[in-house]
Amino acid sequence: MSALNAVRSEASTSYQLSSQARQRIDREIAKYPQGRQQSAVLAALAIAQDERGWLPSAVLEEVAVYLQMAPVAVYEVATFYHMFRLAPVGRHTITVCTNLPCALSGANAAARRLQQKLGVEFGQTTADGCFTLVEGECMGACGDAPVLLVNNKQMHSFMDEPKIDALLDSLVAEKGK
Amino acid sequence: MSAQTCFHGRHLQPLILDRLDGENWRLADYERRDGYRALRRILAEGVSADALIAELKKSGLRGRGGAGFPTGLKWSFMPRGATVQKYMVCNSDEGEPGTFKDRDILRYNPHAVIEGMIIAGCATGATAGYNYIHGEIWSEYERFQEALDEAYAAGLLGANILGSRICFDLYAAHGFGAYICGEETALLESLEGKRGQPRYKPPFPASVGLYGKPTTINNTETFAAVPWVFRMGAEAFLAIGRPNNGGTKIFSISGDVERPGNYEMPLGTPFAKLLELAGGMRGGQIKAVIPGGSSCPVLPGEVMMDTDLDYDSIAKAGSMLGSGAVIVMNETRCMVRCLERLSYFYQAESCGQCTPCREGTGWLYRVLHRIEHGKGRAEDIDLLDSVAENIQGRTICALGDAAAMPVRSFIKNFRAEFEHHVEHKRCLVADYA
Amino acid sequence: MIELEIDGRKVKVREGGTVMDAANELGIYVPHFCYHRKLSIAANCRMCLVDIEKSPKPMPACATPAMAGMIVRTESERARQAQRSVMEFLLINHPLDCPICDQGGECQLQDLAVGYGASASRYQEEKRVVMPKNLGPLVSAQEMTRCIHCTRCVRFGQEIAGVMELGMASHGEHSEILTFLGRTVDSELSGNMIDVCPVGALTSKPFRYRARTWELARRKSISPHDSLGSNLVLQVKQEEVVRVVPLENEAINECWLSDRDRFSYEGLRSPERLTRPLVRRDGQLQEVSWPEALEFVAQALLRVRDQHGGGAIGSLAAGGSTAEELFLLGKLTRALGSENIDFRVRQSDFAADPARAGVPWLGMPVAQISTLDRLLLVGSFLRQDHPLLAARVRKAVADGCQVSVLHGADDDVLMRLSHKAIAAPSSWVAMLAQIGVAVARSKSLPVPVTGVEPTDMGLAIAADLCSGARVALLAGNAAVQHPQAAQIQAWLQWIAQAVGGHFGSIGEAANSVGGYLAGATPGPGGRNARSMLEQPMAAYLLWGLEPELDCADPALARQALSSASAVIAFSAYRSAALAGAHAVLPIAAFAETAGTFVNCEGRAQTFNGAAPAPGEARPGWKVLRVLGNQLGLAGFDYDSPEQVRADALPSTPRRDLSNALDVGLAAAAPGAANGCERMSDVPPYFVDPIVRRAEALQKTAAARPPVARANAATLAHFGVAAGGTVRVRQGPANAVLPCVLDASLPDRVVRVAAGHPASAGLGAMFGPITLERA
Repeated sequence: MSALNAVRSEASTSYQLSSQARQRIDREIAKYPQGRQQSAVLAALAIAQDERGWLPSAVLEEVAVYLQMAPVAVYEVATFYHMFRLAPVGRHTITVCTNLPCALSGANAAARRLQQKLGVEFGQTTADGCFTLVEGECMGACGDAPVLLVNNKQMHSFMDEPKIDALLDSLVAEKGK
Repeated sequence: MSAQTCFHGRHLQPLILDRLDGENWRLADYERRDGYRALRRILAEGVSADALIAELKKSGLRGRGGAGFPTGLKWSFMPRGATVQKYMVCNSDEGEPGTFKDRDILRYNPHAVIEGMIIAGCATGATAGYNYIHGEIWSEYERFQEALDEAYAAGLLGANILGSRICFDLYAAHGFGAYICGEETALLESLEGKRGQPRYKPPFPASVGLYGKPTTINNTETFAAVPWVFRMGAEAFLAIGRPNNGGTKIFSISGDVERPGNYEMPLGTPFAKLLELAGGMRGGQIKAVIPGGSSCPVLPGEVMMDTDLDYDSIAKAGSMLGSGAVIVMNETRCMVRCLERLSYFYQAESCGQCTPCREGTGWLYRVLHRIEHGKGRAEDIDLLDSVAENIQGRTICALGDAAAMPVRSFIKNFRAEFEHHVEHKRCLVADYA
Repeated sequence: MIELEIDGRKVKVREGGTVMDAANELGIYVPHFCYHRKLSIAANCRMCLVDIEKSPKPMPACATPAMAGMIVRTESERARQAQRSVMEFLLINHPLDCPICDQGGECQLQDLAVGYGASASRYQEEKRVVMPKNLGPLVSAQEMTRCIHCTRCVRFGQEIAGVMELGMASHGEHSEILTFLGRTVDSELSGNMIDVCPVGALTSKPFRYRARTWELARRKSISPHDSLGSNLVLQVKQEEVVRVVPLENEAINECWLSDRDRFSYEGLRSPERLTRPLVRRDGQLQEVSWPEALEFVAQALLRVRDQHGGGAIGSLAAGGSTAEELFLLGKLTRALGSENIDFRVRQSDFAADPARAGVPWLGMPVAQISTLDRLLLVGSFLRQDHPLLAARVRKAVADGCQVSVLHGADDDVLMRLSHKAIAAPSSWVAMLAQIGVAVARSKSLPVPVTGVEPTDMGLAIAADLCSGARVALLAGNAAVQHPQAAQIQAWLQWIAQAVGGHFGSIGEAANSVGGYLAGATPGPGGRNARSMLEQPMAAYLLWGLEPELDCADPALARQALSSASAVIAFSAYRSAALAGAHAVLPIAAFAETAGTFVNCEGRAQTFNGAAPAPGEARPGWKVLRVLGNQLGLAGFDYDSPEQVRADALPSTPRRDLSNALDVGLAAAAPGAANGCERMSDVPPYFVDPIVRRAEALQKTAAARPPVARANAATLAHFGVAAGGTVRVRQGPANAVLPCVLDASLPDRVVRVAAGHPASAGLGAMFGPITLERA
C-alpha cells in the first residue's frame, strides 16, 4: 500500500488541528480551483504553525491527508521555506535580518544585543523557553533597518538597543501566545 | 516612524506614492485620489483588449520588479482569442536585498494594484489573479486582503464588474520565506503548492503558466503604475521619463545615506539628485553603489555620481536598474565583507535544483569567508572570478547570475581590497558595526 | 517535421521534439544525468549544455525545443567548456568514494568525468555531508552524500510507480533525497530507482559489496514469476547469479523490472535448495543417488499403473515451469496411460475447458495496452500480480485512458480510475450482467439475459465502454481463480463483442499460455487440477509445487496427497509442504536450465541456463527424459533442449490463441453466498518457491504474513474485534490469524492471502468463511 493509503486507513479520529484551524484552511483552499487544494499547503502549514508553535510530524501528516498530498511532498514544502519550524521553539520567535542593507544600518549590533540579552546564538532557544532567535534574510523593509520579525507576523522597525530591550520586556510580560 | 520610508515631501512628480498619508488607503480615499477612474472609463467605453495593449506599449512602461521587460509587449504574449482559463499574477514577493518599495505600495495604496490587475484582465482575457505576497510581511498581507474585500463589496471584483461583461477574481496568497519565489516561475510553483523551484523556459508562462494555463506575472509596482497610464494617457506617462524609459520609478535607497527610504521620481533623474533627496551621504565619502538590488553589479561611487537613473543609462555604466533598490556604501565599508554577506545570502537562498548554482554558491561563499577571515590564498581571487563565470548563463534561472555578478563586479572594481585581505590577512578599511 | 543540424549533420524530428531527441536520432551522445527518456524533463543537471548558434548562452539539449534551421554544436569549445564546468561543480561535494562504491565501473559520473571533465579539482574547501537513510531491504541509501540531485528517483516514483515516496527536502546544497519520517520505500517497482540513479547513491542492498561489474558474466533470461515475460540479464560471478537487471524490451518490460523479478535471485542459493534425490525409506525421506531414485520412482509409478490403471496417475505442475518441462511431463503422463495433467493449480472453475476455441491469452499484444482509451479490469490485484502492466496502464491513464475496475477490494492502484465497482466476488457475475444489459440497451442489441436491471454503477461503466474507440476488458488473477471464472469470461466476451473491443485474461504465471500450447492440460476424459484433488488419485506427480502453498485449496490438496500411495515430487527446494512425499527429485531452477516461457501475448521467449544447478540437481527436461527411458516409454530420446522445444512448441501450434468460448450467460452466480465469503490474493512475494526464499524480498512490507481482513460491519457480524487474533474457518479447515480492520473491503468479505504457511491451514481461495474469537 502506498504511504498515503497507509495514513488514510490508519488515521485516528482525533485531529491534530482544531476545527478553527481547519476552517481557516478551508478558506484558503477556496481561493484555488477545484482539485487544486495543494495550492493551500503553505497557508495550511502556516496556520498549523500558528496554532502549535511549530510543526510536529503528526501535523504534517494530517495536512497531507487533508490536502490529499503525498506526505513527503508536504515535508518538501515544510523544509524548503525558511519560516517553517520543524522543531519546538520558544514562546516567541525573533527573526533578525542581517543582510547587507540592514547590516549597513546597525543590524549586526542589533543581533549582538539580542544574543547578549537572551544568552543564545542564532538558531537556539533560551533556557526558560521564552525566546528562539533566528537569523533571517531580506524582509523587504531595508529602509527601516534594523528590522525584527516576531513570530513571523509582527515587524518591528528601527530597532536600536533601547527599543530592543523594551520589546523583549514587553514580550516577556505577555501571557503566552 | 516607519512612515518615514515614503511619507516625505521629497518625491519628484510622484504618481503611485502621490498624496499618501498612511491612512488614506481605503477604497473611498483611493477614489478621492482619482482611483478606479481609469477602470470605469475603460469599462464604460468598452475599450478593446488590443487597444489597451497598444496604449500600454506606447507608454514605455517596463517591468518594475527587476527585469525591465516592456509590459505592453509581455501582455501581448497572452493568447488573446483563446477561451481557456488565463491568469494574472502579481509578484509581491519582494526579497531582493535593498528593495522595499512594494511593501509601501501594498500597505498605503493597495487599490492601485487591484485596479492595475483588473485592467490587465481586460487587456488579456485573464479572469482570475493572485497577488503573491512576501512571507515576512504579514500586516501588509492582511491590508491587501481588506482592500480586496472592499473591492468585492463595491462590485469592482467578481462577475460582471460594474455591469460589464468583464469578470475578474483576485486573491491574496502568502509566501513563507524563500527569496527564490520572487522568480516568476518559482512563484508559480509555490502557488501550486510545491517547492519554489524555477521552471526551465521555454515554455514561457504566457503559454504554460499557473496550472499549465497562460499566465502573466508582473511586479507590484508595475501593476500600480498601470492605472496611471490609462488615467493620463500613454504619451503623458512616457513624457515623465525618457524615451524607452517611461514614467516614474520608486527607488528604495538604503545603506550609508542620512534618510533611507522610498523615493519616487521620473526615470532618468540623476543619481546625484536621489542622493541629495535622501539627505546625502552618512558616515563618509561615497565609495560604492549597487544601483538595482544586490543582484546587480556594483559600481564605484564616482561612476554612480555621473549616472542617471534609468534602464539604459545604468546599463551603459556597467550595471542594471533592476528593482531600483539603491544600496550605498561609504569609504569605511570593507568591500570583501560586504560581498561575503551577499554571497552568504545567495548560498542560503539557492533552491538547489541545478548544479552550477547549488554547488557554486556554496563554493563562492566558502572562499570569500576564508578571505574575509584572513585565510585567503593568492589564487582565490582569480578562482572566484572563474567560478562566478562558470555559473553565469548556465543555470535554470537568474539566481545563478545574481550570485555571480556581485562577485565579478566587486572584484573588478575593488580588486585591491581583496588582494590586501589575502596578503595581509586583514581588512583595508575599518569594519562596519 | 523540423529539420536542424547537429555537429554538421542534418536531422529531422517531430513537432515538439527537443535538441536531445534530434541528437538521439543521429546517434550523437550528449552527456547528461537528469534526462531519462521515460521520465519528464528536469533540466537541472546542466550537463547537456550545448552550443547553439545565435544563442548567447549554452542551452540544455534536453529542454530546448528543436527549431527549423537550428545549428547545434555539441563539441565546440563553448560546449566543452560548459560541460567541463558543470562536471567540476558536480564533483566539489561528491565524496571520493570510487574505491568503495558499488557503482564503480558502471557509474555515469565516472564515465562523464573522464569524458567531459578536467583531471584535477580546484576545490579546496569543506564538503557537505548527507546522513544515510534506511529505505528498506532492497534499495540502499547508505551514502546519500554521493547524490547529485538529478531527481530521477523522485520523478520515477511520481510518474512510473505512481506514488511519491522520495522527495527532495530542504534547499540549496543541503537538499537531500529522503522519505517522509524515514519510512521505507514500498513500491513494487522501487528497484528501478537503483537503475535510474546515475551515481552510487541509490544502490542494491542485497548486491552490496558482492562484486565489481567487470567481474560479472551476463546471460539473458526471462522472468519466471508472472505472465509478462520480462526480459532479464542474469549477472553471474563464479557460477552464481549475484544480480539481475532488466534487458530492455520496449514491447514487454520497456527498461524496467518489478522488484520481484529483480531480487528473486537470492532464492536461488537458499540453504533449502534440494541437492540430492530423496526417497522414503523406513518412514523417512533419505538422500539417495539418482539411479536409485529413478528406479524407485519408476517402480512406484508402474505399480500404480498395473494395479489401478494409468488413469489413477495425476500430474500437477507449476505454471512457472518451462514449456519443455510441461510438455515432457504431459508426454510422460500420457505415455503411462493418463490424461490427468494440469498446471492450472489455482483455478477452481473449469467449465470453460470443453467450450474453448483455443488457448486463453491477453487478447492483444502487451504494447497495445498503452494505446487503449477504455479498460475494464475484473478481479485483478493489478499492482501486486502484474507490476509492470500496472505501470503501463498507469501511463495510459495519464495519456487519457479511462479505466474502471470490478474487484473485491478498493486497493489503491495509484492511478485515477473512472469507476470502482467494489463488490463481493460472488456478485461479480451479477455486476457484469448489469454492464452487459446496459451495453445492450445502449447499442440497441437484444439483452443477453432477462430480469437484470442495471444500477447506476453498471450504467456508468457501460457508458464508458460504449464511448471508447480502443476498448479492452481484462480478467485478472482473481477472476481466473474465481468459482465462476467461465461465466466471467463469457460476459467479458459478450460485452467486448458488443462494444467492438478486445478481451482476455492477464495470466497467472509465466507459462499460463505456454502450458496450454505445450499440452499440459487434460485431454478428453482427463481430470483437471481440481478434480484430481477432489477425487484423490493413487499417484501424483508434482512439478515445481509446494502444494499447500500453490494450490487453490490447501486443505483439499493435503488431504488428497496424504491418501495417495505414490507422491512423486520434482522440486528445486526441500519443502515442508513436500514432507509427506514418497520421493523428491531435485530439479534446476529457471536460471539453471534452458527453457521457454510463452507470455500472455503469446510470445515464446527462450533462454539458456546461466549457472549450474547446485549439487546433483538437474535440468527438469533431462530428468523427465531419463525417467521416460527408465519407465521404458517410447519417444524420450531427446539429446538437447532444442529437440524438446521443437516437440513442445511446434512451429504449427497444436492450438491457436483464442479467447472465444461457447458458454451460456447467467444473470448471477448460482446460489450467491448470503453468508460471508473469502477472497484471496497471492501476495507478490509468495507466488512461487523461488520468491518465497528470496531473503531481501521477504523482509519487505509486502511480505508480511497473511492476516484476516474485514470491514467494520463484517467484524461486527462475527462479534470479533480488530487488533486481536481470530480463528478463520472454512468447513473443517481453519487457521488462527491476526485480525485487521480493512475499510477497503465490501461487507461480508474476509480477505486472507494465500501462498503462505500461516494461511495454509485454510481451504479454498473463494467460498464460505467464518470468523470466531480465538
